[in-house]
Amino acid sequence: MIIPATARLRAATPRLSIPAGSTLGPLAALLLACAFFTVRTDTFLSGGNLSLVIQQVMVVGTLAIGQTLIILTAGIDLSCGAIMGFGGILMAKLAVDTGLPPLLAIVAGITVCGLFGLANGLLVTKISLPPFIVTLGVLNIAFALTHIYSDEQTISGLPSELTALGNTFPLGNTDVTYGSVLMLAMFGVFAYLLSQTAWGKHTYAIGNSPEAARLTGIPVQRRLLGIYALAGVVYGVAALLLIARTGVGDPKAGQTDNLDSITAVVLGGTSLFGGRGLVLGTLIGALLIGVIRNGLQLMGVPSIYQILITGILVILAVTVDQISRRRTR
Amino acid sequence: MIRKSIVLVLTGALALTACGKGSSGSSDGGAVKVGLITKTETNPFFVKMKEGAQAEAKAKGLTFLSAAGKFDGDNEGQVTAIENMVAAGVKGILITPSDTKAIIPAIKKARDKGVLVIALDTPTQPQDGTDALFATDNFKAGQLIGQYAKAKMAGKTAKIATLDLAPGVSVGILRHNGFLQGFGAATVDATATALATSPQVVCSADTAGDQAKGQTAMENCLQKSPDLNVVYTINEPAALGAYTALKAKGREKDVLIVSVDGGCTGVKGVQSGEIAATSQQYPLKMASLGVDAVAAFAKDKTKVSGYTDTGVTLVTDKSVAGVDSKDTKFGLDNCWG
Repeated sequence: MIIPATARLRAATPRLSIPAGSTLGPLAALLLACAFFTVRTDTFLSGGNLSLVIQQVMVVGTLAIGQTLIILTAGIDLSCGAIMGFGGILMAKLAVDTGLPPLLAIVAGITVCGLFGLANGLLVTKISLPPFIVTLGVLNIAFALTHIYSDEQTISGLPSELTALGNTFPLGNTDVTYGSVLMLAMFGVFAYLLSQTAWGKHTYAIGNSPEAARLTGIPVQRRLLGIYALAGVVYGVAALLLIARTGVGDPKAGQTDNLDSITAVVLGGTSLFGGRGLVLGTLIGALLIGVIRNGLQLMGVPSIYQILITGILVILAVTVDQISRRRTR
Repeated sequence: MIRKSIVLVLTGALALTACGKGSSGSSDGGAVKVGLITKTETNPFFVKMKEGAQAEAKAKGLTFLSAAGKFDGDNEGQVTAIENMVAAGVKGILITPSDTKAIIPAIKKARDKGVLVIALDTPTQPQDGTDALFATDNFKAGQLIGQYAKAKMAGKTAKIATLDLAPGVSVGILRHNGFLQGFGAATVDATATALATSPQVVCSADTAGDQAKGQTAMENCLQKSPDLNVVYTINEPAALGAYTALKAKGREKDVLIVSVDGGCTGVKGVQSGEIAATSQQYPLKMASLGVDAVAAFAKDKTKVSGYTDTGVTLVTDKSVAGVDSKDTKFGLDNCWG
């Protein structure tokens, strides 16, 4: 069943094979940044520090997986950070205050995040509202619910199950965080799904042209709904990583993570116009942000310059995307 | 092709960490490093604190690192900054915690690695989460303007509006409660963890210490209680916003505004009469004391501990009997921002 569907798709949309080279630019930027900081500091290139960088991007990196799915369909999700924030508070509060078994609290948190994603998807598909507006609304709703439900209180004293992903194991002589491995594994799974399955091809096709996708027999509405719900589940996993990383349920967490995740996606070479890009590019984009932040800090450069440089890189990435789009037309 | 590149990137990422040098935070030789982490980069209070720390670090021959959260309340940004500074091999970290509870686990990790951590301006919860605290006594800062306002309002019935900070932030609670205690409007002490209430308070609103939000809050309070006559504000930007709202209603002459901070713009506001009095605090002193403590720790392992009050002074040009104060000339000589 899968093969005929993709075959039909290939015929309908000729530009479906995405050149793997589209992550070459971001990868070059990442290696360049690493080389620069290796030369300029004596602390950057150590296993402990590189493991730290991956651990520092695991939350935004995971969010950015969901964000990549939605941007590939030519949508955008402003609500991801707020949904994650609510999921995190829910898990923490259910486990600590309500006394729910920790694993059940985790499942509940991830489920609720999935429901938020489903709500986004329903509004986008059933009422045909623009994703920007839908997710802006849900951003505010999730933000408010987080503060109402938490009563503005940070929740500490979490059971060990909730923070387990923040623990480390030795790899060689470096401590690696379990959450980092989970994030990398999720990138692997989604890279496979997007490149090797019919579902992945459908996602790209919808982003290229929903109308053409519909004409080739792709159930566009159902796929979109599924993608938004799946993104929500991914945000739920990010919520678990968030509380594991900081060790507390923090009602103020995630406020700028929506834009940070979009930044990672864009730096990774994924087109905001949909249909073009690789989820591994997003990983590179997220790592690039982390490396710049960490490296500049090790050099003693104030953190405001990290924001400046990230801004410049975003403009560069979008410019490259725009120029290459024009060439291929 | 794609599958191969997936495997390549992922194993590459892991392999990089595995074959590195292994240890982090080991800085050998070179100058002693000290880090400062503020709530934001933009608030003049923190800008001044950073300048003070930088100057003192230079004088003591230390290497100075700085970082900040992206917004007030950005705990994860501060956690990241702590981790990066520990990786950079700092001897000590000075921090104004954005979230006084949530930052504790990250501070504990740094202290476990032998880094001296000192809270500036804002205590952590619990306060012994850090090695030491250099801060203004915010309850006393509130008390001073409370006592001042009480003396100024002698004989009149006070109807108070409080323009507060944000829910759950200890600095805002301490100043608010200090003010009400000093005014004699509420029986409360510095250990309370929630905003005190009083029948004399006719309106309360959060401003996040922001001028525009202070103005909006004051406008709404004037709608609710047009006859209010005392305004307590969390800081001077909020006070100046309140003044703008009062002026629009022609009420600026008969409403008393008191505030906390002692920034240069704020003291000028006191000089021109927009603000009646303000409690001045000293971020430069917090920063330089903090850097000195890290320098001493690096030299012979002496650890500071406990709370050091960096002082607070009531600044006004219309002094009242029974409440000690300094004039705006003193205020301007010692202001920040």
